[in-house]
Amino acid sequence: MDGVAHRGSLAAAARALNRIPGLARGRKPEALPVTLDRRRIYIVPTRAGFGFGLVLLVMLFGALNYQNNAALLLTCVLGAALAGSMLLTWRELHDLTLRSLHAEHGFCNARLPLQLAFADDGRTRPGLTIAVDDLEQPCPLRPGSERARITMPTDARGWVEVPRMRIASTLPFGLFRAWSWITPAQRVLVYPRILADARPITRNDDPNERIAGGDEFAGLREYHVGDPIRHVAWKASARHAHLLVREFDRAAPGQPLRFDWHALSGIDRETRISRLTGWVCDAYAAAHPWVLVLEDQRAIGPANDAAHYHRCLTVLAELP
Amino acid sequence: MKRHDAPPGTRIVASALAPLAFSLLCMTVLCVLAVHAAHLPLWYTAALAVILAGRWWQRRRQPRRVDAWLRVAMLVAVLATAIAVYGTPIGRDPGAAIVCGLLVLKVLESESVRDARMAVGFACFILMSALLFDQSFGFTILVGLMLLPALATLRALQPGLPDAGWLPAFRTGTVLLAAGLPAALLGFLLIPRLSTPLWGAPDRGVARTGIGDRMAPGDLHALLNDNAVAMRVGFDGAPPPESKRYFRGMVLWKFDGRAWLPGPAARRPSRPVPIGVRDPVTQYEVTLLPSHRHWMFALDVPVDAPEDAIMGPDHTLWSTKPIDQTRRYRVASATDYRLAPESLGPRIRAAALELPAGFDPRTRTLAESWRRTAGANDAAIIRDALDLFRGGGFAYDLDAPPLGRDSIDDFLFDTRTGFCEHYASAFTFLMRAAGIPARVVIGYQGGYWNDFAHYLLVRQSDAHAWSEVWLAGRGWVRVDPTAAVSRVILASTGGAADDVAGTGSNGWMPWRNRLDVINRWWGQTVVGFDALSQAHLLRPFGIEHATAQMLGVALAIAVFVALGIGALLATLRPRAKRRDALTVAQLRLQHRLARCGIARGHAEGPRDFYARSAAAMPDASADLGELATEYLCLRYAFPEPPPERIREFVRRVRHFRPRRVVK
Repeated sequence: MDGVAHRGSLAAAARALNRIPGLARGRKPEALPVTLDRRRIYIVPTRAGFGFGLVLLVMLFGALNYQNNAALLLTCVLGAALAGSMLLTWRELHDLTLRSLHAEHGFCNARLPLQLAFADDGRTRPGLTIAVDDLEQPCPLRPGSERARITMPTDARGWVEVPRMRIASTLPFGLFRAWSWITPAQRVLVYPRILADARPITRNDDPNERIAGGDEFAGLREYHVGDPIRHVAWKASARHAHLLVREFDRAAPGQPLRFDWHALSGIDRETRISRLTGWVCDAYAAAHPWVLVLEDQRAIGPANDAAHYHRCLTVLAELP
Repeated sequence: MKRHDAPPGTRIVASALAPLAFSLLCMTVLCVLAVHAAHLPLWYTAALAVILAGRWWQRRRQPRRVDAWLRVAMLVAVLATAIAVYGTPIGRDPGAAIVCGLLVLKVLESESVRDARMAVGFACFILMSALLFDQSFGFTILVGLMLLPALATLRALQPGLPDAGWLPAFRTGTVLLAAGLPAALLGFLLIPRLSTPLWGAPDRGVARTGIGDRMAPGDLHALLNDNAVAMRVGFDGAPPPESKRYFRGMVLWKFDGRAWLPGPAARRPSRPVPIGVRDPVTQYEVTLLPSHRHWMFALDVPVDAPEDAIMGPDHTLWSTKPIDQTRRYRVASATDYRLAPESLGPRIRAAALELPAGFDPRTRTLAESWRRTAGANDAAIIRDALDLFRGGGFAYDLDAPPLGRDSIDDFLFDTRTGFCEHYASAFTFLMRAAGIPARVVIGYQGGYWNDFAHYLLVRQSDAHAWSEVWLAGRGWVRVDPTAAVSRVILASTGGAADDVAGTGSNGWMPWRNRLDVINRWWGQTVVGFDALSQAHLLRPFGIEHATAQMLGVALAIAVFVALGIGALLATLRPRAKRRDALTVAQLRLQHRLARCGIARGHAEGPRDFYARSAAAMPDASADLGELATEYLCLRYAFPEPPPERIREFVRRVRHFRPRRVVK
């Protein structure tokens, strides 16, 4: 519905309309719970609403022109019902209380799932949508299931502000669109980006090859950013278009992997963090124990459980 | 945890039509076709309904648009049909045929929510256009009810309906229509009416109804079977007795051997011959339904012409404008009168005796024989003629056999079966042939007296034809030859046709007559609500004549008040649900403990309070400890406590019954 509305010239107008309340209000974060009252609910006709307005106008002038009172009465009845639907649209948002919000785990550049809990006021709101960007996400609320799960886009790791949310509804007829803004004063943790050039799971990427054993030469593969220079197979690379690096077999089972900050030299800080994040994820997925060594030589682990996984990712996310 | 979380939110796009919404759309369109069926050719409506059903069936199996070439073919077929049936694509009737066709065409290509919304808007407009054909109470209500499927379709196009949500889809629209009625009525009252139409005057091509300008054998036949309301009459005093309820419409002078036609001066405004009124006149108000003709009807002889009408030389009323809207007028009539009792002018006398040469020789012979017998006694001749009808084997029958060239001869001597127009025609002919000036009058006779609402209901089936003869010293005298044949019938309340035609299916006619009160009320208050009644609307507020501007201001105020009331209603909310279940349970626990003598202090936190309570009640301390821990955990440990644990906590509080502390 909204996908249709946000098209063409009307999209610009709609965006401009959306800006007006944005300028006036909603910039300042507010603490939850937040209740939507009449002062912060906005409502305008949708494109279909304008279309029906036109139909009503034509009916009105037709009835007046032909001095047909029955037709005029019908027009009035229809007009009153459609105007009444405006109140129902508005009521869909009115008195809605967002009680709390918390984030699930998510990585930078992916969409971060958010759990929203609304107050149970015994009302059914089947047509709510929530958008934090251009993506409108349906979140129907019913008595007894007053929770919604939406996603927000992320473009930085660490603690980020929850962006301004637009809660909207076009029920019951899609002729009016009511919306309201909520900017929760809440920050959520975003794990670092996982390096996009995902490599096969749990290769022993220990650059110093100091972990005893398990460093049997296994083969050659293409060079990825962050690979140690010492692993480049120069002779083999000379015969190929790309640089090739030597790969070593996985460490022996039970032997913890060692992901060391200092091992990744020659790449920038964020890429390092992303590479480490990718390794942690790979190791966790393979249930292989690992140790994370940070810039200040602090070592976390070894372990392979969820708590360790989240601790590592949290530490990586919170790195300055 | 998966490495790449797919976003759980799914984008709402211009989605395809759900089957329920499409079915409701088809139902809406079917309703539109149904209300238009009354004035479109039956086969055309049926064809559209079949195409609609086919489309519904096709989309159930395979949700895609109907091929473009088929749609183009149908468009051509619709236009061609309209032109073939009506001769032109422009006008009210062909217009209705075309828009109905286009609506079905729109359904053929409706695959998206947007298409369906457009179709619903279009359907609403076409529903309204059906009221251009018929504004009666029942039909308006019917059309209004057809808005329900339209609104249900709109609702079904939105998310949040259960899968089989036929009834939920209808609920919103029903509630809104009902709740909007007061506002709709305010709008209806206050929307300023146009003093002149913005574009083309209402369609002239509409069929004229009611009594025509001429009377040929069989002309009245269709009318006598038509139960439509012709007019309603309310009398200031008591209604005239049934034998005097003759509403004269027009006077026919010229007979061409077959049909009776008005005299040449019928429409010329003139100063009619003065009436010798002997009794007080009858004052009454007529509400004449649109006939799209000029004739207006008045009881017997009106004293004066109402506004926008002229009185012709025959004391009949002729409207200066065709009666396209329901027309209300007040008239005073004399039921006991003398019209030109002294003498007729030579021209009038000649016109009242004129007969076409070479027609009906047997009738002429008969009349001349009567004249020879009676001498100068005109009254005896009239008696002879009425005796002929009474005792000559004549019958009243709406299904009269056809008549030949000498129509009067055929009727009087062969068929002897007919209804009012045959009798009036033959009687007038006989009188003229016998040398008595005579003329035919057509109008309405009888009607149904509604005792409850005190008005006379006259239907088209009350149309009637009778004669007036001129007698020296008495002037024009009404003679109703049909009454001689069917005296019984005319004494009864119904018109000549209803009872005599003997159609048993009219058993519900008395009920229709009684229920006409509703239609009368509807016609007076709604259909007849015009610019004039509107101007007087604000009288209670001290405004004698409201202008369009005042009405506009009043309308704006009404809209704001209505919206304000609506907003108040919309913000009403169930109070009971507003308190948090956890708090309620905790308060309940405190209340129980307080009854046992342990009240929570104002500055006491929950942890301290429960610790104190547990210490004071040794036998319940274990339970109380668990409850306290659970409460604190639920209250403070979660961003949002799990509902099942809250329910469990509430249940445990309910079952926790501490015993009174013995001090």
